[in-house]
Amino acid sequence: MIPPGGSGSGTYNLAIETRGLTKHFGRQVAVDSVDLAVPPGSVFGFLGPNGSGKTTTIRMLLGLAAASAGTVSLLGMEMPGRFRDVLPRVGALVEGPAFYPFLSGAANLSRLDAAGRSTVPATRKGRVDRALERVGLSHAAGKKVHAYSLGMKQRLGIANALLARRDLLVLDEPTNGLDPQGTREVRNLVRSLAHDGATVFVSSHLLAEVEQMCTHAAIMSAGRLVAQGPLAELRRAGSARIRLLTPDAGQARSVLAGLGLAAEAGGSQPDGEVLLASLSAAADGRLPEDVVGQLVAGGVRVRGFAVERESLEDRFVALTGEGFDVAQ
Amino acid sequence: MPSSVPAEVPGTAAPAVREARESASSLMLSELRVLFGRRRTWALLLALAAIPVLIAIAVRVSSAVPPGRGPAFLDRISQNGLFVAFTAMLVSVPLFLPLTVGVVAGDTIAGEANLGTLRYLLVAPAGRVRLLLVKYAGALAFCIVAPLTVGLAGAAIGAALFPVGPVTLLSGDVIQPPEAAVRILLIAAYLAVSLAGLSAVGLFLSTLTVVPVGAMAATVVVSVVSQVLDQLPQLEWLHPWLFSHYWFGFGDMLRQPLLWDSFSSNALLQGGYIAVFGALAYGRFVTRDILS
Repeated sequence: MIPPGGSGSGTYNLAIETRGLTKHFGRQVAVDSVDLAVPPGSVFGFLGPNGSGKTTTIRMLLGLAAASAGTVSLLGMEMPGRFRDVLPRVGALVEGPAFYPFLSGAANLSRLDAAGRSTVPATRKGRVDRALERVGLSHAAGKKVHAYSLGMKQRLGIANALLARRDLLVLDEPTNGLDPQGTREVRNLVRSLAHDGATVFVSSHLLAEVEQMCTHAAIMSAGRLVAQGPLAELRRAGSARIRLLTPDAGQARSVLAGLGLAAEAGGSQPDGEVLLASLSAAADGRLPEDVVGQLVAGGVRVRGFAVERESLEDRFVALTGEGFDVAQ
Repeated sequence: MPSSVPAEVPGTAAPAVREARESASSLMLSELRVLFGRRRTWALLLALAAIPVLIAIAVRVSSAVPPGRGPAFLDRISQNGLFVAFTAMLVSVPLFLPLTVGVVAGDTIAGEANLGTLRYLLVAPAGRVRLLLVKYAGALAFCIVAPLTVGLAGAAIGAALFPVGPVTLLSGDVIQPPEAAVRILLIAAYLAVSLAGLSAVGLFLSTLTVVPVGAMAATVVVSVVSQVLDQLPQLEWLHPWLFSHYWFGFGDMLRQPLLWDSFSSNALLQGGYIAVFGALAYGRFVTRDILS
């Protein structure tokens, strides 16, 4: 575990902390009393359906939008009050990359680096080159950005976030528009950044991605934070269930009922019917092998048996609702 | 703690101060490089340079212009090429210069917002006040370059197509060509000051929108309205307060001795516009939510 506190300039218990963070747009509440707690050194997945307030929250974290209520602290310092001290240590990709199409990739990075108050001009070229190299864009450094593909712009946006040494990276949908190789590279990059001690805050609506790279996650729905914590804990909150394939459905049901498990139909297949039952529903927390043993002893022909943990996706859908009409 | 991106070697106090100063000026340098490096700015300057070229060619190919017809100085061009510069600057004051300045000033903030680069500049962090100042300074640089382009292109094409000789001033005195060149530069400076107020208006309008074309058009419209109001005798009380009121006062730069009255009145008025619209732009920009 990486010790909290980042790079020696002041220690902090949380890399990102918000209290009662709220944003109104007129009468509409975009973000509603959000209390984020992002531990230092974590790779924190910020999940939520489109329109759930993720990007608005990120804008408030970075001081681009003012909070209607609540406070933000990054790396232990109040935002936006201390942006001069905070932001040089924060790399950000906010709502997609944005560049001057008429400048080359390297010139764009130099421009944004020059905009920073505390960046050192003498080291600029070297830092730009290294950042481009890290995202695999060295060959396109001199090309005008209007000739870049979406994936290349996305990489350039990530390179911009890596221009200097950062203690915190805020990456909004970093794999948007990337091909599978690019997605894989970004995952590896995020892991290596975290390994080097940075806290990485990644917003995404791709759950599989979050499951693969994050240590912690928070879930937004309709402007509210509905769950937050270590990934393992979020998953555990959901229960495990068994999936049984058998031609003797009726008999299996009665055996399961005897064990205190309510079976439900999971559809039929050529070689039998599928039964599903929630394992944790059994009062005495039965082990799967006991269940199989009882079934076989009860004369049920078991043709398939699996224990399924509730995936993050199930949990996500359970918390944010299903279908297109979510987050209204 | 190791970092994947090598950290800067911490310097001693003196280099740190120097570095801070370097980084303060590097955003300004970067702004000028972006402004004068982009094709659009060159197109604007080329369009301005085309004005004296067109005038000179028109005079060259046509028969002598009868005195008193067309813009002031036009009838003198065929005897003295330097008058191409004076004529072109005079002709570009009401529309062409405000048009190009409107494009640049209207684009300052709205253009960055439209590209989305505004959020990355602010996260860099550029600082909102610093960014606003740099953006305005960039627009001012264009205000200096634009009239200079007209004047220098005019002098060059005039010298190429017509004889160059002593210039008779409005006061009746005669000056030699080198001094006339200085007068061209003085008029360019006068026009640069004249456009500073309009640039401040454009900067403010640019903080109101994320559509740069809207801010550009609004800025140009404001300059036209100001000039129209300046023509209405019923609004005489308003005239000294209009930023375009002294725009045509640069004739004082063509007298011997030089009259600085209109220059200083103009500078004072433009300073007032810079203060008022600069404050408005500041008030708007530092509190604005950047949602683009």
